Amino acid sequence: MARYVVDVMPKREILDPQGKAVLGALPRLGFEGVSDVRQGKRFEIEVDGDADEQRLDEVRRMAETLLANPVIEYYTVTAGEPQDDA
Amino acid sequence: MRIGVVTFPGSLDDADAARAIRLAGGEAVALWHGEADLKVVDAVVLPGGFSYGDYLRCGAISRFAPVMTEVIAAAERGMPVLGICNGFQILCESHLLPGALTRNDHRKFVCRDQRLRIENVRTPWTSSYAENAEVTIVLKNGEGGFVADEPTLARLEGEGRVVARYLDVNPNGSLHDIAGITNERGNVVGLMPHPEHAVEDLTGAGTDGLGFFTGLTALTAASGQGVP
Repeated sequence: MARYVVDVMPKREILDPQGKAVLGALPRLGFEGVSDVRQGKRFEIEVDGDADEQRLDEVRRMAETLLANPVIEYYTVTAGEPQDDA
Repeated sequence: MRIGVVTFPGSLDDADAARAIRLAGGEAVALWHGEADLKVVDAVVLPGGFSYGDYLRCGAISRFAPVMTEVIAAAERGMPVLGICNGFQILCESHLLPGALTRNDHRKFVCRDQRLRIENVRTPWTSSYAENAEVTIVLKNGEGGFVADEPTLARLEGEGRVVARYLDVNPNGSLHDIAGITNERGNVVGLMPHPEHAVEDLTGAGTDGLGFFTGLTALTAASGQGVP
């Protein structure tokens, strides 16, 4: 079993209203000095077989075709164990 | 004139779109997201709503529905396609139209009677309007902010592909006040406001939206055959 993590973030030039909402909430909760928040998505993907270059390419294609919209978002793919809740 | 209306899981405005088509003198044909069959229609409407619950991104999952394979192929052959609201989002995700629709800049769902200017009357969907006609059509969306990079915006403006523009207020942060655009060929139109809700005096803000549906039936009647 191979694991990959795909992080999808709104491009810098795209307004991120969700991030702005979080940014606005933090000072109200007493967190000071926060200058920016961007909100994105994280996908943890498990695939059969071993992690190799071909699998990595496949996950990149998943990101390109479905997980991210390249018009407004960028993505990064990382191979390895996703972080656990613990 | 047979105009298909696609129902996805989570579509809301398919019944209103079908009704608008009938009021305009066309025959509304129900199309199902899970069937790769356009039932020999002459045109297709992708209605508003929250297809697939807006999961992932608005329109991102719907784009890969079996019916969309056929819609995309037909649109590329020149068949008229109108995407309203969620339909517009699906057309952008399908790459039939450039750009993307993002969350409203003020973070609230907006529902209002919106004044618009119809700037391109060369598409089959807008041909019954006078150029630069000012109309009022209901708008309701949470993710209606049109964005595209500068070169794309310049092309849309330069080629007259902005079909409709917001007047008075920009309700969602759309760049260049864009409410609707068309593709290079002019057969595919995406529109954030809802003309199908503005077709009868009994409800809504009047009947300014009916033109989006009468234009197509008038074109077919004039040519005596289906739009290619």
